[in-house]
Amino acid sequence: MIDWQHFTPWASLAGGILIGVAAAMLVLLNGRVAGISGIVGGLVGAWRGDVAWRVAFVLGLLVSPALYAFIQGRPVVRIEAGWGTLVLAGVLVGVGTSYASGCTSGHGVCGLSRLSPRSLVATLAFMAAGMLTVLFTR
Amino acid sequence: MNAIAAFAAGLVFGVGLILSGMSDPSKVIGFLDVTRAWDPSLAFVMAGAILVGFFAFALARRRSEAFLGDAMQLPQRRDIDARLIGGSIVFGIGWGLAGFCPGPAVVSFGSGQDKAAVFVVAMLAGMALYYGLASRNDVSALDDAASAQKKKNPAV
Repeated sequence: MIDWQHFTPWASLAGGILIGVAAAMLVLLNGRVAGISGIVGGLVGAWRGDVAWRVAFVLGLLVSPALYAFIQGRPVVRIEAGWGTLVLAGVLVGVGTSYASGCTSGHGVCGLSRLSPRSLVATLAFMAAGMLTVLFTR
Repeated sequence: MNAIAAFAAGLVFGVGLILSGMSDPSKVIGFLDVTRAWDPSLAFVMAGAILVGFFAFALARRRSEAFLGDAMQLPQRRDIDARLIGGSIVFGIGWGLAGFCPGPAVVSFGSGQDKAAVFVVAMLAGMALYYGLASRNDVSALDDAASAQKKKNPAV
């Protein structure tokens, strides 16, 4: 059943377009794929002499809530998970995206935009796993 | 200049995540909860992003250099293997448990959420764990960008 009460098609579409614009900026100006797990992972594991753009991009992400708050008001962040669940989930996301070489942004947005079969398989796998997890834990 | 462009891209990306609802874990879980009260909004996020991304990557593919002069580094791999599928499933489980994927977690950390901070630290630990294992077992396990870079410049 559709949850019409929380359905926000226009805001979500507009936000999606902004995400697409940001991915376009990064690939056309810097020649890089806007995959957040890859950008952050590159700072954690393999310092390959291309640190500046990664740090700059992550700083942009960190500052974005302040810009949003200035224009629109404080962002809504409702976190239902407890502390232990957050730690477990964080480790799983870190390990999983590293093995998969990508996450929702790298595979789901950029990979599907490139029509990559690898990214389609990855996206279907993490969507299905996420849906099953919610089905069994919520 | 390149760092300024990357900063601007991160800023726009983050605002997009917040506006779209992706940075609100409750909304993400509402999207993943297909069998009960399903909130399909986040499908519109992907549609909007791909709508723009499709044309951007089509243009990027035809260039060997980005507009600011760096080499164009697009993923080259085509293989679908157990690492890709297994890794994605593990990621999906974590995503479903907390409602956070990497981008929104970093953004919510930036808005001062202590729970997001805990998630981000755990995620960094997970990545460090992977790189620790990868450097011991299999150096070729490093990401797509690295392999693309090696192809372009074997000395790296």
